[in-house]
Amino acid sequence: MIQLQHIRKVFNAGLPNEYVAIHDLSLNIAPHQVTVLTGPSGSGKTTVLSLLGCMARPTAGRIMLQDREITSLPERFLTQIRRSTFGFIFQQFNLIRGISVLENVMLPAYPLGEPLGGLKKRALKLLDLLNLTSKGAAKVEWLSGGEAQRTAIARALVNDPGVIIADEPTAHLDTGLSREFLDIMGDFKGQGKTILIASHDPMVHESEIVDRVVKMRDGRIIDAGVI
Amino acid sequence: MIKAIDKQRYILDFTLSSLWRRKGKNLALVLVYTLVVFVLGSVMFFTQALKNEAALVLRGSPEIIVQKMVAGRHDLIPVSHGAQIGKIRGVKAVKARFWGYYYDPGAQANYTLMVPEDLPLKDQEIIVGAGISRVRRLFRGSSIVFRTYDGKPATFFIKGVLSPDSELLSSDLILISVPGFTRVFGVPPDRATDLTVQVANRKEIPTIAAKIVDALPDTRAITREEILRTYDAVFDWRGGIMIAILAGAVLAFLIFAWDKAAGLSAEEKREIGILKAIGWETADVLEMKFWEGLVVSLSSFFLGIILAYGHIFYASATLFEPVLKGWAVLYPEFRLTPFISGYQIAILFFFTVIPYTVATIIPSWRAATIDPDAVMRT
Repeated sequence: MIQLQHIRKVFNAGLPNEYVAIHDLSLNIAPHQVTVLTGPSGSGKTTVLSLLGCMARPTAGRIMLQDREITSLPERFLTQIRRSTFGFIFQQFNLIRGISVLENVMLPAYPLGEPLGGLKKRALKLLDLLNLTSKGAAKVEWLSGGEAQRTAIARALVNDPGVIIADEPTAHLDTGLSREFLDIMGDFKGQGKTILIASHDPMVHESEIVDRVVKMRDGRIIDAGVI
Repeated sequence: MIKAIDKQRYILDFTLSSLWRRKGKNLALVLVYTLVVFVLGSVMFFTQALKNEAALVLRGSPEIIVQKMVAGRHDLIPVSHGAQIGKIRGVKAVKARFWGYYYDPGAQANYTLMVPEDLPLKDQEIIVGAGISRVRRLFRGSSIVFRTYDGKPATFFIKGVLSPDSELLSSDLILISVPGFTRVFGVPPDRATDLTVQVANRKEIPTIAAKIVDALPDTRAITREEILRTYDAVFDWRGGIMIAILAGAVLAFLIFAWDKAAGLSAEEKREIGILKAIGWETADVLEMKFWEGLVVSLSSFFLGIILAYGHIFYASATLFEPVLKGWAVLYPEFRLTPFISGYQIAILFFFTVIPYTVATIIPSWRAATIDPDAVMRT
């Protein structure tokens, strides 16, 4: 269970271009479910995802991860939590160009220093699961959009996180690939993972794998959906 | 412990692949960096090796040289001074030396004419250095005509050519008999160029030198240590001139290195953001950048040092011999004895590798401390 309590997030605080992205937002994310944040651009979906995923700190309010307050943890501990608990799939995929698919997938595990044999085996298993076995040695810039996204999914899963966070995952995919993505997420939900998606694509929030849709506008929740 | 090693191995692996991905930029950097280390290293090796060579040569030179002074300048010395010096306690032997310079308009070069101590030569026989042999095409059996002090021609026959091994010292040298020397320069029979003094106890050299000057106030006594000091000063001065000339190049390199190392490209910043977002700590990113700086600077450093070593000790310092060896027509072709001073390597290391590695880390630290969510917005 992840809880956001009275979160406020201000960018460029004290500067002329100060911008309040989130206003007094509270939200509970249930485990093993697919929760979708939806709303127009600038509604604060990405900001909520980055706060939930320990990528940024709120200006005010508290974030609880399984009853543990994590807002005030030092950066190092926050990184450890981010690495072990969350797997991120970014809108632009954010793969590292010039290195292979396999290396990209193993990258989040490098700081853990586990033996190469085990890590490689796990990464290859994920590539197999996502139908990317033949692409393991290929450089990521040679991949199609769908393959790049599946690589990003494999990378998000390499440290076996409990929570998958995806920001606008279908923004660059056609209908077929979007459906494929949702099917993959459905499988992970079946394996007990918690999935958080920010998307304004109707195909995502109308998908049958989705348990809850949270509607946002102007940094506030306008409809918290049904848990 | 094994985990920490494995982690560093992963980070180093990733660093090497990152360097390779940006090979254009990094190869240019390594090239310029290597060039600077090469030039600085060459100057250092060269001056140090010459100093060393001089020290080795001078080890066999006389302990004291006595020269007569007239109006502050070196003049021919009466051979009879030798007898007076011989009476000073502690003096083992005194010998007269004959040497001088001869300008050869044909080769536009100065030769050093010298009478050898233990090599008997007939009146018209000479032995020439390899440099003279090359320039004047003189070989065993051929002849050369010198114009004597009174304008008359004097023919000499070549008895042999000195071994190229000693070319550093003997390139412009001509060994000649005493009568031959006297004929060319018109030196009176009771005079010599200078006197050499051998001393029984090395510790007494300064005392004996002082006694000689006391006994013969029109002379100066030069000890071997003084010559060594002068050589050191001359080579340091030449090395210093070279470094001063190169200071501009070094400065340009520092600006270049700072710009290349300090300025992270948008692509690099994006990568740092991704790494942080997927779970790398700031310290991991800094370690990566540290390895990156170290790999570039260490490889350039070693490459530069190896090239400088080859340039000085195998290619006879071809690139800057005019400045460092002095000005002469008869450049000796020689190989210096390889010599490396740990202290100099350490100085070069300190002024090249360390600043560069630091220059790489600072901007990365700035980039690595940015919130990883920045990557969510690109």
